[in-house]
Amino acid sequence: MKIQTTAFAFALAAGIAASAAPASAQLAEQVTPPRQSWSFAGPFGQFDQAQLQRGFKIYKEVCSSCHSMNLLSFRNLADPGGPGFTEAQAAAIAAEYKIKDIDDSGQPTERPGRLADHFPPPFPNEQAAAAANGGKAPPDMSTLAKARSYPRGFPWFIFDFFTQYQEEGPDYISAILKGYRDPPKGFNMPPNGHYNIYFPGHVIAMPPPLQDGQVQFDDGSPATLEQYAKDVPAFLEWASEPHMLQRKRVGFQVMIFLIVFAALLYFTKKKVWHEVEKPRELAHGQDPVKTTI
Amino acid sequence: MSGPSTYQPQNGFLKWLEKRLPIGGLIHSSFIAYPTPRNLNYWWTFGGILAFMLGVQMITGIILAMHYTPNVNMAFDSVEAIMRDVNYGWLLRYVHANGASMFFLAVYIHMFRGMYYGSYKEPREVLWILGVILYLLMMATGFLGYVLVWGQMSFWAATVITNLFSAIPGIGDAVVTWLWGGYAVGNPTLNRFYSLHYLLPFVIAGVVVLHVWALHVVGQNNPAGIEPKSDKDTVPFTPYATAKDAFMIACFCIVFAWLVFYVPNYLVHSDNYIPANPAVTPSEIVPEWYYLPFYAILRSIPNKLLGVIALFSSIIILAFLPWLDTSRVRSARYRPLFRQFFWLFVISAVGLGYLGSKPPEGIYVVLSRIFTLYYFAFFLIILPLLGIFEKTKPLPNSISEAVLKAKA
Repeated sequence: MKIQTTAFAFALAAGIAASAAPASAQLAEQVTPPRQSWSFAGPFGQFDQAQLQRGFKIYKEVCSSCHSMNLLSFRNLADPGGPGFTEAQAAAIAAEYKIKDIDDSGQPTERPGRLADHFPPPFPNEQAAAAANGGKAPPDMSTLAKARSYPRGFPWFIFDFFTQYQEEGPDYISAILKGYRDPPKGFNMPPNGHYNIYFPGHVIAMPPPLQDGQVQFDDGSPATLEQYAKDVPAFLEWASEPHMLQRKRVGFQVMIFLIVFAALLYFTKKKVWHEVEKPRELAHGQDPVKTTI
Repeated sequence: MSGPSTYQPQNGFLKWLEKRLPIGGLIHSSFIAYPTPRNLNYWWTFGGILAFMLGVQMITGIILAMHYTPNVNMAFDSVEAIMRDVNYGWLLRYVHANGASMFFLAVYIHMFRGMYYGSYKEPREVLWILGVILYLLMMATGFLGYVLVWGQMSFWAATVITNLFSAIPGIGDAVVTWLWGGYAVGNPTLNRFYSLHYLLPFVIAGVVVLHVWALHVVGQNNPAGIEPKSDKDTVPFTPYATAKDAFMIACFCIVFAWLVFYVPNYLVHSDNYIPANPAVTPSEIVPEWYYLPFYAILRSIPNKLLGVIALFSSIIILAFLPWLDTSRVRSARYRPLFRQFFWLFVISAVGLGYLGSKPPEGIYVVLSRIFTLYYFAFFLIILPLLGIFEKTKPLPNSISEAVLKAKA
């Protein structure tokens, strides 16, 4: 849907929105990313703590050199339902960062990070981030897993409601990480562009961020792109939905309550209406005394 | 409904109060003794569901407002802070965001029910028009609330919708500047949208009181579409309607909870998790699902001014429904032809909703135009003529008779 309706966005921008800024969206078919199986999918989905820790390691060593993650604090690393770091571990991670602050005499200073600090951005401002990255600032990663998707189309979007498929974002991010190829012959590649089969329009500014062997894990997981392309989306999913486990747990309790409550109300209603239904039952030759509530 | 209240206060305080302010009698005659037709089906529970949803939206909304910051630099982050750092903030926000969708789902069922059973006909014209006003207020409130999130879709929806007013000849641009409080959608726009988003639900609540008042003067319509003739045709609101409404509200909440807890972003465009950026136009701008049929009507007409006129007419025309439908028979049960045209109308309305999410090109434009044409023809040609030419089925003599004929 996203890309197909580009033309329509243009029509609006041109015809209705007087203040529409120049847009540079490209009309292009988006290749559907392959479905992955995620531990956090479904009504009882759980985050895999080891996977989130690996994802965080990749974020820290690779992604964070260009991408900010402004909405997360170091304390979140020790939050329940997250990567499962202890508070001491999270504090130790925070202390590795340098945080800009103002000292008691009012002078700018740098101090080691604390649990309450947000993850510091790699660039001082958006202009600097854009200038260092070919003109466009790399997107913030805090909500990235929810901010990326791909068109599901009819009738799949209807089934998604019932199957609870909500992982378009992680599937898409995983596909992007693995989607770098040499451009096909005759493909007009703009300068600083990279060919990615899953990116809408296929031209992505980000160079291939991860290669085999780039990040080593302590838990024996293979240091492969295949592994990174699982761990990074899982970590980003947690970053954008840090309370997902609590949400699904409370949701299950609420569902049980509502179903029992609705059943009780149904029998209450039946009982209450029984007297009113009597004449109809008599008219149909039934004995109201013998019919159940 | 009529005559003095039959309310008998039981304890001393209530007796004392009743002589000074007969609020007990009002509640008793409105929600306890109030006679409801005994043949109401489950489609009649959506009024109660809507009242429930208004309550849910107001309670969650007031708490969200305690944590939200209506400033262009902070709005998006403050919503995320609610999701991350407020205790059960994710629950409040997802209930409120999905609550808007459930509210509209309920109002659409409520409206289609009213159309199917001819609930807008004499003497219920004012009741129906108050309902159309409520629907308009809901649309405005929903739109304003969607902008507050201040994601990409919020910002661009605000830009597109406010720009509709620029189609007004002569003063259009001035009106848009006035709406924005500036020369583009910016901080003054967000701030006034926040103020109005907080105000309108209370206006809705006020009109709901009028709506219920009008309902209690004329009484409810019913599936047979004939007025109750004796006590045999009605049952008291409590416990009969209350029990039925309570059961359906619980069922409705199951669907609601499924959305909130398991697929909370199902109805959200992913671009709205990107902070608003006036310099980047999203690859598509689509409104929330509940506006899509009207959006399709807008886009099916190539001329901007005419498109905007069609958009507003498609909603305003509902207010004239009591006079456009010339048939004296209310319920579609006894109107075989109307029933078929009604379901075609439902198909075209839902079809327009689907087309509103598609790009305006090729077959989608053709279909949009056909459905738009049918939408207006239904009100302006079919309904006036049907009343004259349709051969209706014989009406039952009373509601009790209709009930007895129905299968057990």
